Amino acid sequence: MSSTDSRGLVLDEKLLFELTDPGRVGYSLPAPDVPQTVPRSELLRAEIADFPELSEVDVVRHYTRLSTWNYGVDSGFYPLGSCTMKYNPKVNEQAARLPGFAELHPHTPDHLSQGALQLMYELQQDLAEISGFPAITLQPAAGAQGEFAGMLMIRAWHEAKGQKRHKVMIPDTAHGTNPASASLCGYDVVPVASDGVLSKAAVAAVMDDDVAALMVTNPNTLGLFESDIREICELVHAKGGLVYCDGANLNALMGISRPGDIGIDVMHFNLHKTFSTPHGGGGPGSGPVGVVEKLQPFMPVPVVVKTGELFRLDYALPQSVGRVKGFAGHFSILVRAYAYILAMGGEGLKRATELAVLNANYVRARLEGTYDLPYKQRSLHEVVFSETALANDCHTLDVAKRLIDYGYHPPTIYFPLVVKGALMIEPTETESKQTLDEFCDALLAIAEEAKTDPDLLKQAPVRARVKRLDEATAARKPKLRWTKD
Amino acid sequence: MDFPDELKYTEEHEWILIEEDVVTIGITDFAQDQLGDVVFVELPEVGDRLETGKTLGVVESVKAVSDVYAPLSGEVVEINEALPDEPELLNTSAYEDGWMLKLKLSSPKELDSLLDAAEYQKFIAQD
Repeated sequence: MSSTDSRGLVLDEKLLFELTDPGRVGYSLPAPDVPQTVPRSELLRAEIADFPELSEVDVVRHYTRLSTWNYGVDSGFYPLGSCTMKYNPKVNEQAARLPGFAELHPHTPDHLSQGALQLMYELQQDLAEISGFPAITLQPAAGAQGEFAGMLMIRAWHEAKGQKRHKVMIPDTAHGTNPASASLCGYDVVPVASDGVLSKAAVAAVMDDDVAALMVTNPNTLGLFESDIREICELVHAKGGLVYCDGANLNALMGISRPGDIGIDVMHFNLHKTFSTPHGGGGPGSGPVGVVEKLQPFMPVPVVVKTGELFRLDYALPQSVGRVKGFAGHFSILVRAYAYILAMGGEGLKRATELAVLNANYVRARLEGTYDLPYKQRSLHEVVFSETALANDCHTLDVAKRLIDYGYHPPTIYFPLVVKGALMIEPTETESKQTLDEFCDALLAIAEEAKTDPDLLKQAPVRARVKRLDEATAARKPKLRWTKD
Repeated sequence: MDFPDELKYTEEHEWILIEEDVVTIGITDFAQDQLGDVVFVELPEVGDRLETGKTLGVVESVKAVSDVYAPLSGEVVEINEALPDEPELLNTSAYEDGWMLKLKLSSPKELDSLLDAAEYQKFIAQD
């Protein structure tokens, strides 16, 4: 059992609407000293008339209790493959809260925000050095918008050459957002089948002069390095196409291999996944994009440049795809990534990569044999098992739900689609051998329970605050807001 | 699992009922079983022209979102209006109430490439 499992006081928390006590208030106002007036009736809301009436302590307790139900990387192991959350060091938070950064108004002129601009400039340089791309934009709001910005630049490059291409190739091991980004840029998506890793032949069979780009995730979403990537890039380039790399998994390459050196033209970074910034409910994302020199004229504006000793925002890119996000992107996230890079240093970043790969392979070694591993090439940062070895018709969903009983947030399941009942585990470098052992022990115990007591899995979670949820009905007939009846 | 002999099948797990030059299309019992509980279905509109191999719609289950590919080319003449409100029909009645659309074929010779029930069952046994 994980050290985080605790049933404690199991509270059945009501909604604020249900806690309401008419007449109770959370404020104390002096008697009015101006004439009172009643709002015009057309300004009064007919729907949701019954706003909750509560005192301050009612509301504070409600939200504080709910906050104790949360499960995050600060409370336990959180091995979501592909969308991983590594630990966010608290020193990053301290840096982001420095008043000079936290209280800087986004309209402050360049000459009064030199510190912030210098940080952005240096982060651009650090990301350039790590990735091998000469030009970096920090603007996109998150990874998926980075993809979109990258594909816009690819489209602009083709158009500037007077080419109208209609297709984008995407292998079946790419991240799920890739087809959406290509599609949003007006391209038809052509799926390319892989056998775990992408082959030159598979790309050659589809590549023609109507293909604008190949969008590849490397290492791919099976946690495997695309070993033919250099030749694949050459092949795409030879027919006038570009190669986009989904850099979400850069945490498996950082300090070891540079995508810019192996023929990739455009790549986005997920600062949360590689550079330890908050993610999802924990904070906004950030998806900087690196490009090769020939794509530099098309970058979103502004970019941060240095003239003499001064830093400034440069808008003078006439072929730019334009702005993709207000102001300087998610600046406070950039501060956190910068703090992480400085705290780790070059050797530290490389060590983080090595430990992330080692941890994934340790989990693989402990579980392989009990759980089916369909793709047996060498794993990098994550490992994907299938459900086929589970006894008594137990499925991946049952394993995931049972993990909750053992005190763990389940890993990513049913993705990627090329694996039947995928169970996708990415431990990251954050975790100690002790944590990984406890987690693997839980998964091994669950595989054993599937043999001896399959109902335990099928009914799981049995120890959680709520039992197995009816996800199908929730999705088919969603109740999205409170109603009185 | 059930694979009626009177239907034709594709490797993309669709079934086709042929009635002269109009065919009815749905997803197979195997497909619905693999998907799990279907929660959302997106269909083309009547009058849309479909091209073999291109996306005709989307089926979303609690596990995954999957594109459905047109097994044949032609014009959509009717869609199953009940499906968007009752996506579970794909699970409970894959070959009858869960039909997706009717297509007026533009190149009937494409029918030659479809699988029969025995060939389809052999295909899914290998896959």
